[in-house]
Amino acid sequence: MSEKDTNQGKRQFLVAATTVAGGVAAGAAAVPFVASMLPSERAKAAGAPVEVDLSTLAPGERVTVEWQGKPVWIVRRTEEMLKTIRANDGNVADPESKRKMQPAYATNEMRAIKDEFLVVVGICTHLGCSPVGKFAKQAEAFDPNWLGGFYCPCHGSLFDLAGRVFKNRPAPDNLLVPPHKYLSDTRIIIGEDTKGA
Amino acid sequence: MAATPKEPVNFTGAGPLNAPISGVLTWVDQRFPLMSLWRDHLSQYYAPKNFNFWYFFGGLAMLVLVIQIVTGIFLVMHYKPSAAEAFASVEYIMRDVPMGWFIRYMHSTGASAFFIVIYLHMFRGLMYGSYRQPRELIWIFGMLIYLCLMAEAFFGYLLPWGQMSFWGAQVIINLFDALPLIGPDLSTWIRGDFVISDATLNRFFAFHVIALPLVLLGLVAAHIMALHEVGSNNPDGVEIKKHKDSQGRPLDGIPFHPYYTVKDMVGVVVFLFLFFMVVFFAPEMGGYFLEYNNFIPADPLKTPAHIAPVWYFTPYYSILRAITEDFMLVLAIGVAAYVVLIWLTTRDQRVKFAASVIGLVVIVLMIGGPLAIEAKVWGVAMMGAATLIFFLLPWLDRSPVRSIRYKGPLSKAALSIFVIVFLVLGYYGTQTVTPAGTIISQIGTLIYFAFFLLMPWYSVMDKTKPEPDRVTM
Repeated sequence: MSEKDTNQGKRQFLVAATTVAGGVAAGAAAVPFVASMLPSERAKAAGAPVEVDLSTLAPGERVTVEWQGKPVWIVRRTEEMLKTIRANDGNVADPESKRKMQPAYATNEMRAIKDEFLVVVGICTHLGCSPVGKFAKQAEAFDPNWLGGFYCPCHGSLFDLAGRVFKNRPAPDNLLVPPHKYLSDTRIIIGEDTKGA
Repeated sequence: MAATPKEPVNFTGAGPLNAPISGVLTWVDQRFPLMSLWRDHLSQYYAPKNFNFWYFFGGLAMLVLVIQIVTGIFLVMHYKPSAAEAFASVEYIMRDVPMGWFIRYMHSTGASAFFIVIYLHMFRGLMYGSYRQPRELIWIFGMLIYLCLMAEAFFGYLLPWGQMSFWGAQVIINLFDALPLIGPDLSTWIRGDFVISDATLNRFFAFHVIALPLVLLGLVAAHIMALHEVGSNNPDGVEIKKHKDSQGRPLDGIPFHPYYTVKDMVGVVVFLFLFFMVVFFAPEMGGYFLEYNNFIPADPLKTPAHIAPVWYFTPYYSILRAITEDFMLVLAIGVAAYVVLIWLTTRDQRVKFAASVIGLVVIVLMIGGPLAIEAKVWGVAMMGAATLIFFLLPWLDRSPVRSIRYKGPLSKAALSIFVIVFLVLGYYGTQTVTPAGTIISQIGTLIYFAFFLLMPWYSVMDKTKPEPDRVTM
């Protein structure tokens, strides 16, 4: 068949149709591979609530428990510590916890159900490092007027003892308060609250 | 239809074995383009005769690639890619596998050596304008190799499952979390879990040992094919193909083999001497090649007191950390100044219009109150931009000459300052955050981008010297 007998319009249509069909097939072929990289059923099922006994936690001390593979801190705050939180109102980016980084029952001055116990996920809202507890009120390299709180070693974000982030630090949000509830005066469960129960 | 039979190969130089070797080569050559490949890429590939010290590093990069592939294969024979066993299997390699420590230290030193060699290779390109037309694609393939290498290093770093492995991966994957809308789902997809876990380790292993090495080899082949298509640049930045002899060979070119194969062997010996000094006497390199915290098993509940990436990522890490909320105003002013500069120096109305619109959108996204994107996202964007901006170099450099030898004081100063800033950013990336360090990193970030973005102006304003007609020695 010579060149001039070729039906160019038909040829272009067939090339375009084959390209489109092949492209759709290639896209569809990617689905199982992309899907296989999503969290597995086993990973989704992990992360049961954790129960913690608070009776052995001394005032001013912190305990770290693992919930869904993440560290959760419980700090037993002293009166002195609670005062530093009020004093920090001017230094923090979201003093009234307007951003939804806590359940409704912890949306208050101390970001807690009971003022005495701070319960937060110990993962910096910047890039996921676990900040270090710097509870002592003393001059620090990162802040000469430090009142006590948490310091992230990765990128220098600071949080007060209510987990509120300081202004002009890389972290955009306060530390997350996980769902939790008190089973008794000294027993707490993390990962479950009354709303679901 | 049979092709015209090729000339038989006439091998000389092996005395009585000449005839049988010639026979075998002829047999192969008639079935495979053996001799034409040999000629095109080695014996009749004409490279400029004035290559200097800086031209060792391309070949050395290939050598390190081979070292990494070979040592990697043997490490995989003993390594277990599982969160429960990974750390212990690396210690097993170090203590119980015969010569395992040697193979592992070659691989870990090789990673740093790769980046040293690649950074010097890139600096060579910057000095002599090796990215300029018609070598843009060589540069682009090279930059893709560099990006691929960074991904390869990042995936590999998780495998020992130490504290730095875990928290380094945590920080980098959380970078994606910062992206608007798709961020959280994307980072969960990358991890294959809601936290860094066994699933993450397994897939990183797959990327590190199969996916990226294949891509890397393909890119290296493309890089060299593009190079051999247009021919090598040289320290004078002049085209050797302008002056050819009667047989079409460049007058200033010499066959790659044997001249540069022999010269490169000297470089290889010196390199291996230094490489094995590190492998045997300082494999940790004071915590820069192997970080001390990585000798502690991964603990998802506790970040090490001081975390920093391995040295080759630290310049970009500094840029990431430099972008804070109060620095956004400075960046926005920088963007505005850049738009004004374009306005003052361009006559093309469409360019002015496009620059103004893009500039305005960027400024609004930076400091536009409710419309602004948070500083964290900008940090990630700027870090990404810092690596990607290298791709634009062929189009940013408008100098009439290629090589730094004939460029003027402005370009020389710019390149020197850029190198210093790159090193300073790298240094501060290894340090903990201090107010002074942050300000220095912020200034460094501005200079880093200015080097690239102002190049279309200073490379033209610069007082250049005339290029020679032929290469100089």
